[in-house]
Amino acid sequence: MNPPTTDHPRLRGMLQGRTRQYGMVIALVAIIILFQVLTGGLLLTPLNVTNLIMQNSYVLILAIGMMLVIITGHIDLSVGSVVAFTGAMSAIMLTSWGLPTIVVVPAALLLGALIGAWQGFWIAYVGVPAFIVTLAGMLVFRGATLAVLGGESIAPLPQSLRVIASGFLPGGSDGLHLPTLALGLAGAAVIVWIQWRSRARSRARDLPVTPAAATALGSVLVVAAIMAFTYVVADHNGLPLVGVLLIALIVGYAFVMRSTTMGRRVYAVGGSERAAALSGIRTKRTTFWVFVNMGVLSALAGLVFTARLNAATPGAGTMFELDAIAAAFIGGASAAGGVGSVLGAVIGALVMGVLNNGMSLIGLGVDWQQLIKGLVLLLAVAFDIYNKRRVGGAAPMLPGLRARPRGGPRQDAPARSSPENVATRSG
Amino acid sequence: MSIVDTMPDTPWPLLRMRDIRKEFPGVRALDGVSLDVAPGSVHALMGENGAGKSTLMKVLSGVHPAGSFTGLVEIDGAPVAFGDVAAAEAAGIAIIHQELALVPQLSISENVLLGHEETRYGVIDWGATHARARDLLRRVGLDENPALPVSTLSIGAQQLVEIAKALAKRVRLLVLDEPTSALNETESDRLLELLLDLREQGVACVLISHKLGEVMRVSDEVTILRDGRTVETLTVERDAEGRPSVDEDRVIRGMVGRELDQRYPEGDGAIGPIRFEVSDWTVDHPTQAGRRMVDGVDLALRSGEVVGLAGLMGAGRTEFAMSLFGRSYGRYVRGALLRDGEDTRVDDVAHAIASGVAYVPEDRKSLGLVLDDDIRHNTTLAALGRISDRGVIDPGLETVEAQRMSERMRVRSHGANQTVRTLSGGNQQKVVLGKWMFTRPELLILDEPTRGIDVGAKYEIYLIVRRLAAEGACVLLISSELPEILGMCDRVYAMCEGRITGEVPGADADQETLMRLMTRTGEAT
Repeated sequence: MNPPTTDHPRLRGMLQGRTRQYGMVIALVAIIILFQVLTGGLLLTPLNVTNLIMQNSYVLILAIGMMLVIITGHIDLSVGSVVAFTGAMSAIMLTSWGLPTIVVVPAALLLGALIGAWQGFWIAYVGVPAFIVTLAGMLVFRGATLAVLGGESIAPLPQSLRVIASGFLPGGSDGLHLPTLALGLAGAAVIVWIQWRSRARSRARDLPVTPAAATALGSVLVVAAIMAFTYVVADHNGLPLVGVLLIALIVGYAFVMRSTTMGRRVYAVGGSERAAALSGIRTKRTTFWVFVNMGVLSALAGLVFTARLNAATPGAGTMFELDAIAAAFIGGASAAGGVGSVLGAVIGALVMGVLNNGMSLIGLGVDWQQLIKGLVLLLAVAFDIYNKRRVGGAAPMLPGLRARPRGGPRQDAPARSSPENVATRSG
Repeated sequence: MSIVDTMPDTPWPLLRMRDIRKEFPGVRALDGVSLDVAPGSVHALMGENGAGKSTLMKVLSGVHPAGSFTGLVEIDGAPVAFGDVAAAEAAGIAIIHQELALVPQLSISENVLLGHEETRYGVIDWGATHARARDLLRRVGLDENPALPVSTLSIGAQQLVEIAKALAKRVRLLVLDEPTSALNETESDRLLELLLDLREQGVACVLISHKLGEVMRVSDEVTILRDGRTVETLTVERDAEGRPSVDEDRVIRGMVGRELDQRYPEGDGAIGPIRFEVSDWTVDHPTQAGRRMVDGVDLALRSGEVVGLAGLMGAGRTEFAMSLFGRSYGRYVRGALLRDGEDTRVDDVAHAIASGVAYVPEDRKSLGLVLDDDIRHNTTLAALGRISDRGVIDPGLETVEAQRMSERMRVRSHGANQTVRTLSGGNQQKVVLGKWMFTRPELLILDEPTRGIDVGAKYEIYLIVRRLAAEGACVLLISSELPEILGMCDRVYAMCEGRITGEVPGADADQETLMRLMTRTGEAT
């Protein structure tokens, strides 16, 4: 999946360019190990891993959409309210209007798209800052939720909806869940195949490639990680349906952002809107669709959350926007736009999720949980900014830090034109 | 590599820097630089981009604090160690960067005395503040109402405000980094005159500039840096007619380290038929209704030809080019672009690119590049279709194509995955050129393609432009530097107040003819 790599110095350069991503993975693993020890092994029991997936599914869905919004250089404060509103409308359609789930799900997603289009219109075409538009949206859709629910909750909801959040892959009831293992094996095989095919293609183009041993090591790690995860999940009830949904979203969005012209345009708009516009990219349209996408994903999160709660409540989704924004920033997004990745958002959301879950398991109160999560967010971003300045030489924000001796090799030191290389001139 | 100490008989130079060394990880930016500035003199600091001029000035002005470099800095013969910019300012050293440090919403006088307001018991005395600001503005010759917000001033006037601000701090040594690069001729002249005035008032000045002409006009001494070292210091004397004793080629030789026998490459002379015609192109100001910015422009461009568009700042050249390129500027009124005699669709940028038009913008950092992205992604951004299949990008193909283009443009980098922000100005410009070459343009519009670029890289860019023309493209070259227009163009259009005021074959063009056309207001020809 990685772009083609490389001889030794370039490999090092690449690793540095991705310090942030590797740093996040290492931080996630460290947090997992920490809580595995602190909880005496409770964290990674099959039951708890399944719970982790289900508890964090909606934040993960929102984090993916939020990452796209932040990459374009905007922010969306309204997602929590949109989750509540679409959840409430779904519940009303299912109970008061008596519509079947198969109609309600697409209707809710369409509603999310319309809400996204409404906000995207003001942001992209009128030019109102996203902060203002979505702050307004936060109030508007919270108010709308209260209005349509009349201040009451709607519960219970039909089983056909609840299965979205609580169902599992069918098949196998005794011992290990075989379809889950098979799915894991297939997934691992596909990733290994992609790794080697991309290596072969680079080689065919005469681009530098990683040594076969390094690629093999990467493959082994990927297979080990996937199989360990599937084994643990298979030991309980198998993969939850919402897990299947998440995997599809993560793979799909990662592919779009990394490998398609559509994704490239989103990055370009966030990196420099004016340069993107002068490169033939319809920047307003791109921004508009990013918000439509956020609306659809908010509606999806609303469905999953409502299904999990088995109720639509006026207070649903409160503070979800902040969890999603925190996940995106912990996962390496830049407030200036143009930087971030879908996998980063996923890792960021998992860091928050494992922190929540682990701290609850060891009995820390909500007070301490919030305090610690806040500090993690601050430190993750501070580390990122410090690291960028050390490696990339971007303009310093804190002049004081600049004076410090900066160690370590630097792959992208300013190139200097040396007169010896100046073009030989023709007559 | 001798350091010529050319100080006159004064016992102490105002500033003496000796053997300054400064390293960044992986790069030795300064490798033993020495510089002496006499009191009340204009001292030019010359060198190619990356030679160390800006780093040296940051060492001097406390941006790089004492301890982060080695070597000796003395003021009036006493060693100094500035911990920050404020310490340097207290010693009378002020630096004016290319990017001006003014608060656009505040008034002129508020900016001039920012941090040094006249106060009584901690409360600002606005009367005294305005009065003092007015005195300072008079000293720099800026005749504007000091209550106006700075954002309403031209760049040239803003520069004067910066200088007034430095004077408010009782500056003794003023450092100006490329002060005239954004100014038109009149504004530049005014600024240079002011430097000479300040010299009379005892304010010394270090001038960093790529414009040899202006350096020769005003400087008393020239220090040349190359690769982080002082090459030499030349004393400039002027004869009765004001001709300098040091000629420009001498300085260029010092900067690039060898003879530069030719500053512009020759064309091959093979000019084809007319390919593009602009007819009656008219554009209004984006917000002020009815204000004509471009007025009935007609142009004809032949394949293989480099056509110049000469004009003073504000003549409407950039406005014309950007509006032609997918209506990226202003409000379109009327006009057409004909390709091979047929109307071509250029109503947005994507259509313009599809019609074979490419525009290399004047402001490469904010309009030409996504600075935090790498060379590869910047190269392919305007032609993603060439490296993708049904919307899916082929990363290997992208890398190969970007590398090929970088080699063709002679971009000096560590590889296609280097972030463009970390490249020098000349190399950034080559990446922008490569990006537009990658769209396979038939009409290439270059807007000030060599602004702020050093002599060696300039020549490389001229070579690329010539090669493009030789391959059959039409090239429209917009430039404020008349020597560049004269050296590069086969034919020149002059523009003034949004109108084409004349057309001159390259062979017949000279500075006077063009300047007369460029200043011909009123009736167009």
